[in-house]
Amino acid sequence: MAEEQGRKWDRCLADSAVKLATGLGVGIVFSVLFFKRRTWPVVFGLGVGLGMGYSNCQQDFRSPYLLHGHMVKEQ
Amino acid sequence: MLRVCLKGANSAARKCLCGNGVPLHPLQQCRSYTSGGSGSSAGKIVAASVLTMGGGVGGTILYANWDPKFRANVEKSIPYSDQVFGLALGPAAPPPVINKPRKVEPVQISSMSEVWKDSKQPKAKEVQRKAEQPDAEGPPAPAPQETLEGEACVFVAMILSAEQNVLSVFCIPLAAAKCTECEHEPAVKERPEGEVAARLAEQDKAEQDLLTSLSSNLEDALGSTAKVTLQAIGAQEAALQAIAQHTRQLREAMEAEAPPDKKSTQWRVLEDALSERSRSVDEAGAAVLKAKAELDKLRGVIDGAKHLKIAAARPSILAAEENLHSMVVDLDSVVTRVQTAQSEAKIVSQYSELVNEAKAQFQKELNSITPEIQANWKGLTGKLTQDDLNSLIAHAHRRIDQLNRELAEQRVREQIHIDSALEQQKLEDKKALEVAISTALEHNREQMRLEQEKKVEETREVMEAEMRTQLRRQAAAHTDHLRDVLKVQEQELRSEAEEILNSSLMEKETEYRRLTQDQLDSFTLDMNAAYARLKGMEEAIDSHVIAEEEARKAHQLWLSVEALNYTLKTAALNDPTEPLEGAVQAIKESCAEDEFAQALATALPSESLSRGVYSEASLRARFYTIRQLARRVALIDETRNSLYQYFLSYLQAMLLFEKAQEAPPAKLSAEDLDTFKLLSYAAYSLEHGDLELAAKLVNQLKGESRRVAQDWLKEARLTLETKQVVSLLSAYANAVGLGTTMAP
Repeated sequence: MAEEQGRKWDRCLADSAVKLATGLGVGIVFSVLFFKRRTWPVVFGLGVGLGMGYSNCQQDFRSPYLLHGHMVKEQ
Repeated sequence: MLRVCLKGANSAARKCLCGNGVPLHPLQQCRSYTSGGSGSSAGKIVAASVLTMGGGVGGTILYANWDPKFRANVEKSIPYSDQVFGLALGPAAPPPVINKPRKVEPVQISSMSEVWKDSKQPKAKEVQRKAEQPDAEGPPAPAPQETLEGEACVFVAMILSAEQNVLSVFCIPLAAAKCTECEHEPAVKERPEGEVAARLAEQDKAEQDLLTSLSSNLEDALGSTAKVTLQAIGAQEAALQAIAQHTRQLREAMEAEAPPDKKSTQWRVLEDALSERSRSVDEAGAAVLKAKAELDKLRGVIDGAKHLKIAAARPSILAAEENLHSMVVDLDSVVTRVQTAQSEAKIVSQYSELVNEAKAQFQKELNSITPEIQANWKGLTGKLTQDDLNSLIAHAHRRIDQLNRELAEQRVREQIHIDSALEQQKLEDKKALEVAISTALEHNREQMRLEQEKKVEETREVMEAEMRTQLRRQAAAHTDHLRDVLKVQEQELRSEAEEILNSSLMEKETEYRRLTQDQLDSFTLDMNAAYARLKGMEEAIDSHVIAEEEARKAHQLWLSVEALNYTLKTAALNDPTEPLEGAVQAIKESCAEDEFAQALATALPSESLSRGVYSEASLRARFYTIRQLARRVALIDETRNSLYQYFLSYLQAMLLFEKAQEAPPAKLSAEDLDTFKLLSYAAYSLEHGDLELAAKLVNQLKGESRRVAQDWLKEARLTLETKQVVSLLSAYANAVGLGTTMAP
């Protein structure tokens, strides 16, 4: 259990890095292709990537506390 | 948002107005339009809000007027609403108090006492009223008293007196006396029968004596009076006879013309008769007096006897009275006869006197005329001369004339005399009649009285007889009743006696049974004691055997437990011990029959058996890393678990400094449940070797810190459990060993 935190952080950071890079890449692509090499899609992509990574990280950290409801069918 | 809306509105307005081609004004218009609109709408809003407020307040007031509960609620909840309500509606009506049932009770009690008082009053009145009656009748009855007994007695007396108006006064003093007896004694004693009988016998005897004396008296008196009366009557008869004789003789003497010597004898006889008559009359008179005296005496005796009022003497008294009456009657009749005879005699004597006088007169005249002629002139026929004869005849004629004249005179005078005598006689007759009537009346009255008395006597006899029969009947009834009562009493007494007999018999029986039982019990007790001792001895021997066996087993157990303990010590620093399975198996074999040891052996957690447990030292070492981690995630729990919170929590862990080790207090308060404090307490207790307390404290962590410390806690638990079981086992083994060595 103590290591879980560490593991989570590792995962989180790795995932965030990946997302960031991916965002950057997609941003660059969009910027080059559709938006006339403006900066903002890149920044937008970075932001999207960061946001996704953050969200995933949070979700991962929250996972033990999340309640999952089940529909109980009457038999 | 509002700016966006406004911008949108502006752009929309611009677009629609751009079509018209006036760019600037619409903006202003729009602005003025919106501001104007906003101004009028504000006024409208204000008006609408004021209206709703007023409506709400008015509605509340109206409803409060209708429903007081609502009013009370509103007054309670809204502070100054009661003043408002007071101004608008007036003060609230106070709630109706329900205390009627409380008041009913005292009313009832008072009514009860009144009823009792009322009931007492008529009683008192009645008592007073009835108290007057006996006062009027006889001796005063006892005053109405407070005690029920007295009242009852009084009541009894009253009732008795009220009912016994007919009975004699005698009874009331008796009742009163009885009542006084009741006051003094709770029950009135009946005089014993013997006493009553003796009394009655005495009374009877006394009566009898009186009666006999009375009767004897009466008889004596009667006898004497009868004798005397008879004597008197006899005397009277004799007198009557004498008088009659005398009268006859007198008449004879008057009428008969006898020669002188006979006449003298006649006269002498007459004188004798007269004397005889006078004597007999005197005698008769005396006898009558004596008889009368005797009769009076008899009457006195009879009256005395009457005064004694003895019922039995009545017939004799009556008889005596009758006799008396008859005697009186006879005496009176005889006396009257004598009197008539006497009156006749008087007449005759008067007549004779008259005749004598006439004769004397004639003689005298004759002598005066013819002196020489003597008395006996009848034989004188030859001696007389014609002159003498003529003179004699003339004298005789003259005498005849004279006599005729005298006769006529006498006749007239006679007539007068007769008349007067008749009248006198009438008077005398009347008197005599009256006297006779009175005497007859008296006699009649006496007779009637006697008859009445006789009748009364008869009825009395009849009544007496009837009363006697009734009394006999009552006595018979009384005897029957007595018989019945006696029978019942006999029954009761018999049953009582039987009961007593039975009970005493049963007592004796139970006593006997008890004694035998006691004997039996004591014998059984002795036997049991002896048997128990025998058993004890046998058991002691057996237990010796068992004890030795136990000792062996205990030794074995102890050895195996020691082995287990040793295995526990084989923990390396960061590795768990060897699995304890082997040692536990040994224990289980060594103590196959011992349930406690078996239970304990099976109570070891399976992980310790299969994997082994960590030592305390390794746990202690691990704790520090856990501590760090827990500090870092102190702020994270179910509600706060975003990444931002994580960041904050890390910041806190960096910036917050707590004591590395702090002694935990005896009781944990709410502020001690802070993560950092708990961790420092746990560290302290770990350093001091108290894994259990550390585990407890770590158990108090919450949220993410708890999750982080979870497996450390699990390990700590395992270790603690195993240690506990092992220590129990060793303690048990020691105890068993000790016990066996201490066995007799």
